[in-house]
Amino acid sequence: MRERLRRFGRLEPLDPLFSGWRRLPHNVRGGLPLLALVALAATYPYYVSSLPTDVPLILAFPDVGSAVTILVFVVMAVGLNVVVGYAGLLDLGYVAFYAIGAYTAGWFASGHFEQVRFHLGSVGISREAQGIHISVWLVLLIAGIITAIGGILIGLPTLRLRGDYLAIVTLGFGEIIPQFVRNADSLKGFDLTHGTFGISPIDSPGFGEGLNESVGLPASFAQSFERERLFFWAALVVLLITVFCCYRLRDSRLGRAWIAIREDETAAGAMGIPLMRTKTWAYAIGAFFGGVAGAYVASFNSGAFPSQFHFNISIFLLCMVILGGMGSLWGVVIGGAILSWLNVEGLANIGAWVNAHTPLDVEVAKYQFGIYGTIIVLMMLFRPVGLIPERRHKRELEEGTREPIDEPLYDAREQEGPEEAKA
Amino acid sequence: MPDSVDNLLVAGNIRKEFGGLVAVSDLDFTIPDRSIVSLIGPNGAGKTTFFNMLTGVYKPTTGQMVFDGTDVTGKPPHAITKLGIGRTFQQIRLFPQMTALENVLVGMHSRLRGGILGSIFGTPRVRREEREAHEQGRGLLSYAGLGPVDDELAQNLSYGDQRRLELARALATEPKLLLLDEPTAGMNPQETVAFTDFLSKLRAERPITILLIEHDMKVVMGISERVTVLDYGEKIAEGTPGEIQRNERVIEAYLGKAAIA
Repeated sequence: MRERLRRFGRLEPLDPLFSGWRRLPHNVRGGLPLLALVALAATYPYYVSSLPTDVPLILAFPDVGSAVTILVFVVMAVGLNVVVGYAGLLDLGYVAFYAIGAYTAGWFASGHFEQVRFHLGSVGISREAQGIHISVWLVLLIAGIITAIGGILIGLPTLRLRGDYLAIVTLGFGEIIPQFVRNADSLKGFDLTHGTFGISPIDSPGFGEGLNESVGLPASFAQSFERERLFFWAALVVLLITVFCCYRLRDSRLGRAWIAIREDETAAGAMGIPLMRTKTWAYAIGAFFGGVAGAYVASFNSGAFPSQFHFNISIFLLCMVILGGMGSLWGVVIGGAILSWLNVEGLANIGAWVNAHTPLDVEVAKYQFGIYGTIIVLMMLFRPVGLIPERRHKRELEEGTREPIDEPLYDAREQEGPEEAKA
Repeated sequence: MPDSVDNLLVAGNIRKEFGGLVAVSDLDFTIPDRSIVSLIGPNGAGKTTFFNMLTGVYKPTTGQMVFDGTDVTGKPPHAITKLGIGRTFQQIRLFPQMTALENVLVGMHSRLRGGILGSIFGTPRVRREEREAHEQGRGLLSYAGLGPVDDELAQNLSYGDQRRLELARALATEPKLLLLDEPTAGMNPQETVAFTDFLSKLRAERPITILLIEHDMKVVMGISERVTVLDYGEKIAEGTPGEIQRNERVIEAYLGKAAIA
């Protein structure tokens, strides 16, 4: 890398800097840029208002509310990456997990079940309110677990299938769950999901009056003047936890087993990896984060509606994983951030800029899926391993420039070469 | 039964049909503990099919296989590996995008315990286990004769090293019975000799039994204590290398009837 940089300019004066940097312990070298990035993200709500709003092409940076949505979608992309990127299982129905998570929040943190009255650590809700009101922090965990169980239930009958067949069945489940949700307003008279109306309002997270008075933590996000900022910071924490878990899992015994299955299922089985169990775990863990994200979105939007859980979202999330680089944690974070930004406001901004600066008059946002499709096709053509390739793929590319290892074979070829040229 | 005392593997009446094709026909096969046994025969004789049944890839149509006192018929591959049958593949089947060391670590999967929460939180127990596994894995790589390639991707290794890595990976499963499917295919004579020496060393140093499918008769005759010959899915001969070399049916199967006349 340094050699390459040097070719473009005189970097000798920077040499002490480089060698000093390289002498730092490995975890510091990796940790410092990460820490800087997190700090930059965490302080975003403070400087976003002073950022320019006339940047060429993209116009403005996303406001804090959009940033919450972006972060949550990145959480889902990272979760899907466990299934698709690590274990190599093509899942076209990830939206089902998003839906299960959102509805879990609807069941456990709202007045939906008015037959009962159960409160557990809820904030900003009258003690007398009917329904189940559990602290949203706890609900996030519950949603993750319930969705993981959902993932296991979907996985058990389907994970015996390989490749395309699995993709088709997951596609089916991605349709079944939202359809079920839409129609489960009268299961023998029992209203589980409130049909097309969805469940609303859903409680907000918060730390309660006690912690508010003693430490100054917000009592309830919903009743705060900084509602969006609070949701933003909490989403950032959720994302960091997600990334941390996936990072640790990747280099664990289970992570190796996932990658082995992705590489060669038969050989993985012969090496003692229980295929069904390992794949089901990938599903469950991917589903877990999808569920957490779903519950968080439901709390942020204060509602769970069946129209939210469109099939497109599954494809959209898959695009994030492919764009970023399948199996690459940081790639998927970047890919997810870019695509969800485009979705939330990027495309509209770009459209407005294009219309203002060219004779064109197009509603760019209308062509969003055409544009995402084009991005994927271009990626497949020019950078099939993604924006930030998985460690392994990157190595593969670097190794490509090394001299070949099978020397005898290449010697023979080189000797043949000139003769052919003569003839 | 004396069988169960002396024999690590007892397979009785094994039959495998693919549609109308009988790939293996009523085969009785035993492997004495701590021996090297070879399975030979022309291409398509059913050797690899038998391997795949032993390792759980295929379920036998009929018959029973008892390994080390446990009935393994129809068990899934990972369970059989856990009981102590390790294997290599005829066509190399490494995990190409994983490093050499990671390949070996995958082989240790069933010997390690680290769970999900332990891995996420990095508990001392999981950390220690991982550290020991890495050490052991590096040890296995050098034992199998690989140079400092621990962090190379498997796909970037030379052919010979890939073969060695497959063996190291199979050894990482800590097999009592090691199945080698044409391990010297594609090796030059020097490499083949080195490999044969390695097998002898392996058997001398570890409590291991080896079942070998091999076409190189020098290897088979030089190393095996017993040779079984398959042809069209049937056992046509069994005995010491010397007996097999003189057996008429074997010569016929390999060279045709005219060779005997």
